[in-house]
Amino acid sequence: MFERLGDLVAFQILRLSPESHLGAAVQFFVMDVAKIFVLLVAVIYVMGLLRAMLSPERVRAFVRDRPDWQARGMAVSLGALTPFCSCSSVPLFIGFVEAGIPLGVTFSFLIASPMINEVAAVILVGILGWKLALLYVVAGLLVAWLGGIAMQRFRPERWVEDYVWKIRMGDAAMPEPDTSLLGRHRYAIGEVKEIVGRIWRWVLIGIGVGALFHGFVPAAWVTEHLGGDDWTTVPAAVLLGIPLYSNATGIIPVAEAMLTKGVAVGTTLALMMSVAALSLPEMLILRKVIRWPALALFAGVLAVAFTLVGWGFNLIV
Amino acid sequence: MKTFKVLGSGCRNCEVTANVIAQAPKEAGVEIQLEKVTDMAEILGFGVMSTPGVVLDGKVVHSGGIPGPDQVRAWVRG
Repeated sequence: MFERLGDLVAFQILRLSPESHLGAAVQFFVMDVAKIFVLLVAVIYVMGLLRAMLSPERVRAFVRDRPDWQARGMAVSLGALTPFCSCSSVPLFIGFVEAGIPLGVTFSFLIASPMINEVAAVILVGILGWKLALLYVVAGLLVAWLGGIAMQRFRPERWVEDYVWKIRMGDAAMPEPDTSLLGRHRYAIGEVKEIVGRIWRWVLIGIGVGALFHGFVPAAWVTEHLGGDDWTTVPAAVLLGIPLYSNATGIIPVAEAMLTKGVAVGTTLALMMSVAALSLPEMLILRKVIRWPALALFAGVLAVAFTLVGWGFNLIV
Repeated sequence: MKTFKVLGSGCRNCEVTANVIAQAPKEAGVEIQLEKVTDMAEILGFGVMSTPGVVLDGKVVHSGGIPGPDQVRAWVRG
């Protein structure tokens, strides 16, 4: 359906040739804008109806006072289900520290949360198929798990700002959610507005980049240089992703264009993860609670992890 | 008079929330007191980790996003 819409706009209304670069790019753009935004609204609305989104306060209550492996398992999986505005990462960090949750577990949560979320996962299935979606989610969970453990090894406690340890968290009762059908509907509509309002730019930019790649980059060049034989492409993809930032959903159309042109799966996954989870602005926000060495370490651990994921998948697939 | 506090570190969503709450009483013709709280110790003191949060007369009524217009109206009138 969406493909036909793309064909209609690009080839019949605008009268572009399907063989031309511009024609292919425009067709891709129209098709993906329609497809991704329809999916996005539908998924967020349904999740909102189910009230599937967890609040960080509840995650904190679940995770505290548990043995390390349990806490980490919950932090990683709940991180995937807990959306939070990046401006919340500071109070979130402090809240976890105050609850006595180990820093390594907190880092696991901070890695998992932007990289994997249920909305991006469903859209991944819709655009790239369930196999790739599963690969991405499993690799993401693994990186979050091991990344947190690696951070713990370096004893990051010494880099936490002193004031963080002194803050005491209050125990205010959170307002009870309205669970009537109307209340759920209102909440779901609010979620759609809030999330789409926050990420639509990233998604449009992502689709634009994907469309350019799809239309203008020759497949032969891709197969020769990005086909996965050259081991340097994976670290290059990770490095490229560090200054670039997009929401996890926005990077999906780029990955779609890359994969259909024949870029290796591992290289694509490495770029996706680097763009979604490693972002300079978000890291700088964390500077309020941890000092530079910890930030540098955090970025380094993630870059290494994504590179290993990329190499691993390029070897297997 | 009702006292509102908007909890947040100064991000965009927190600004929007403060503006929404500042607007509503003007439409309803009532007066309120509004304070923006950016101090982390105080925010967490309310038990809120996900900002923006809203405190009405010392009680947390909302956290983790921009409140809906219906909600704000209910707080202002209620």
